[in-house]
Amino acid sequence: MLERSPLARLPDRALKYGLTALAALILILILYFFIRLFSEARPAFAAEGVLGFTFHDNWNVSVEKYGALPLVVGTLITAGLALLMGVPIAVATAIYLTELCPRRLLTPLTILVELLAAVPSVVYGLWGIFFLAPKLQPAEQWVADRLSFIPFVGGGIVTIPNYFIAGLILAIMILPIVSAIAREVMMTVPADHKEAALGLGATRWEMIRMAVIPYCRSGIVGGAMLGLGRAIGETIAVTIVIGDAPQLGKQLFGQGYTLAAVIANEFGEATGLHRSALFAAALVLFVLTLLVNALARLFVLRAARAGKGPAAAPTGGAGDLAAATAAGA
Amino acid sequence: MSPDAAPPEQMLQPGENPNPGSAGASAGTPTAKLESTTAPPQSVLKSAPTVELEKLRAFYGSSEQVKGIDLRFPANQVTAIIGPSGCGKSTMVRCINRMHEEIPGARAEGRVLLDKLDLYDSAVDVIAVRRAIGMVFQKPNPFPTMSIFDNVAAGLRLTARRGDLHHRVEAALRSASLWDEVKDRLSTPGVGLSGGQQQRLCIARSLAVDPEVLLMDEPCSALDPIATLKIEELIDQLKQRVTIVIVTHNMQQAARVADRTAFMLGGQLVEVGQTKEIFTNPVDPRTEEYVTGKFG
Amino acid sequence: MSTPDITGDRLARFAVSPRRRRADRTARGLLLTATLVALVPLALVIYYLLIKGLGAWSWSFFTTDPTGNTFFKSSSIGGIRSAIVGTIEMVALASVIAVPIGIGVALWLVEYGKGSRFAAVVRFFVDVLTGVPSIVFGLFIYIALVVGTGSTYAGYKGSLALSLLMLPVVIRSAEVILQLVPNALRESALALGAARWKVVFRIVLPTALGGMLTGVLLAVARAAGETAPLLFAAGATNKETLNLGEFMNSLPTQIYKDVTSPTESVVNRAWGAALTLVTMILILNLIARLIARRSRLA
Repeated sequence: MLERSPLARLPDRALKYGLTALAALILILILYFFIRLFSEARPAFAAEGVLGFTFHDNWNVSVEKYGALPLVVGTLITAGLALLMGVPIAVATAIYLTELCPRRLLTPLTILVELLAAVPSVVYGLWGIFFLAPKLQPAEQWVADRLSFIPFVGGGIVTIPNYFIAGLILAIMILPIVSAIAREVMMTVPADHKEAALGLGATRWEMIRMAVIPYCRSGIVGGAMLGLGRAIGETIAVTIVIGDAPQLGKQLFGQGYTLAAVIANEFGEATGLHRSALFAAALVLFVLTLLVNALARLFVLRAARAGKGPAAAPTGGAGDLAAATAAGA
Repeated sequence: MSPDAAPPEQMLQPGENPNPGSAGASAGTPTAKLESTTAPPQSVLKSAPTVELEKLRAFYGSSEQVKGIDLRFPANQVTAIIGPSGCGKSTMVRCINRMHEEIPGARAEGRVLLDKLDLYDSAVDVIAVRRAIGMVFQKPNPFPTMSIFDNVAAGLRLTARRGDLHHRVEAALRSASLWDEVKDRLSTPGVGLSGGQQQRLCIARSLAVDPEVLLMDEPCSALDPIATLKIEELIDQLKQRVTIVIVTHNMQQAARVADRTAFMLGGQLVEVGQTKEIFTNPVDPRTEEYVTGKFG
Repeated sequence: MSTPDITGDRLARFAVSPRRRRADRTARGLLLTATLVALVPLALVIYYLLIKGLGAWSWSFFTTDPTGNTFFKSSSIGGIRSAIVGTIEMVALASVIAVPIGIGVALWLVEYGKGSRFAAVVRFFVDVLTGVPSIVFGLFIYIALVVGTGSTYAGYKGSLALSLLMLPVVIRSAEVILQLVPNALRESALALGAARWKVVFRIVLPTALGGMLTGVLLAVARAAGETAPLLFAAGATNKETLNLGEFMNSLPTQIYKDVTSPTESVVNRAWGAALTLVTMILILNLIARLIARRSRLA
């Protein structure tokens, strides 16, 4: 009598199998796309060799030579600049908001920082090229002249689209993600440790240095890497502010190129081998972001597993969802 | 001033047991227990201060948790605070080293006197207060990212960059009866120790900055009986150099370690006196009900 | 009791050195400055948009399509209606696809597949999807639906690219919210003899609704602002069309196209469109936040 009729059990099983099928579908979809991408990219890899494509410094459309090294290096330069400029500010913001901010100001300031993520990338790009770049050009020229003895930074004419501006715009774009994750992690520091530090007669800043920052190191690194992943994959904003010089980046204040930007610019009219080369570039980009994101998860996971970092499920609220939604490219 | 001298003016407090024989009884410690430690640190040579609460009230927002307490903690003695959960004992103790005000919306009124100095006076630096009055918490909380050595040195590093850190760390660990157990692994993580060892590490950490008073908030409640006993022995030694206030919900513990015991109920002080008297011959009926286990 | 004499008293040896005090003050100042610095770009961007874009706003701006006449006077260049409509249509379709699928996968991960090897694999691939650059999504759709079938761009293809972009976002945020639903809630319902599917639909989903709605809105806001996925999927056109099978305009595409024009009025229109887009996204964000605040789980 405790048996439910098969009919009554039907919706349950339907739901279960339906959802399982759905999950499987996602897997198949991703694999399918990856395979198709690879097959489209194959001719280019055949022509240059996989390593040749990735590591040769020679992207010349007119003679159909496709060595993507300048693009890879350009991607890394801009992403590296973004990290350099964005992460310290993001972490500082996180520290301020979690440890020092007066309570009345906390919500409005947090919302404002998160709104940085709401501006679409095309708008950042346009603002960058029309407002920021011209405004900063005199200062950039001054730096280039004063520091001309430093390779890469100094010497030469400053162009309006350049690596530095691209890095700066990217830094602004990754700031909300890195800050949100850093804040998450900092909020999990047990009050115990903070009190122990204060109990020893530490000033506020000393307490932060003693109890908060060391505890959050893994989590912050993970957040920075997620920001890195985002910076590597960002397309439109970078395309607008980097110019289109597929040469190995020689100058901080000169034009450059990235993998994403070359695809955006050249794909529209590309045919044959050229098109295939762009698919290959997309593949390289894809693999790059994959690696970085995998590393990032490793760090965040390590922090969580050691019991010293955020749990796998954040504590809820729009801020955490913002972190979850903003953490894509 | 020898640690065995009688404590200064034994004033009777409201509810305290008049017991003429008590004047010198609590200050003495069987000297046999001292033999295992090495040279006592500097501050044993001068006596620890008396702490006195005057009309102390503590609030969380508009809710009053500690409702006007006058209580004296005599120098170089262990005073235990007992009472049911929620009676305000932890809150009161955290007012002594001004940790209570760290909680958003919390504040305290009244005076806390360290000898003659009111710690709540506006001219007094909160940070100095916290360094002078050490605190040991309920759950052992060594800094997880630091080694044993770094944990003990943490407070020292705030003021002295280099210098004689090693010497002072060793002295602190000896005072906490932990040196022999960890001397060969000072660079291993602090959290790698057992619970009881971690708590002694936290005690060493507090002692390293040479405080005058030590506050202990249920320090043994997360530990096993053997570890608890070790710490109780430690408390007995430590009172020679610091005045100790210990919050405990374990009455046997209070009976074992404390010279004097205060009973709190609902944010107020019900009775205080020599430990023996409180447990065998309390004045207030509520005290009697609590110590005989009728509630709490 | 008289005022204490700080210099001679017991606390003297614990006093904080001026150096430490200065370090504390400096650090705090720097941290506050950094936070304000972080907000400067936001203020500048919004200010710039208002200055350059507000002037373009007018009734006709919102109600006429771009005419494609980019070399003549401002009266004949048209507005951005098709772009707005296109964005709304494509994002709406993308949501209709991504939201049910995303919530479904999240449900599966939390309610049915928990802990299994398969779930770990799925979660890994969802993570992979999160990291895919937005332009690669556009390329995916291009390969699968444009090149492969020999057909051209279309609105629905743009939607598909956007839905791929939204999918991991929806899955991730839905999963987070579903995990927040207290297990006790599920267990007490099951203990009363309710079937699993009923527990899911009657208890879990309603509780999680607010939080999931927030996640969805944020994903929608994100999709509305994306340009790259649409470049090779939706095509570019000026006319408004309700037919998702044709080329479809969108705000980001329109902006991208217009802003490099030599004609000043066209450039102004681009800024007006940018202001419109940002306003739409900001409103979505604020609504999402309001819902999150009222949600039972936040």
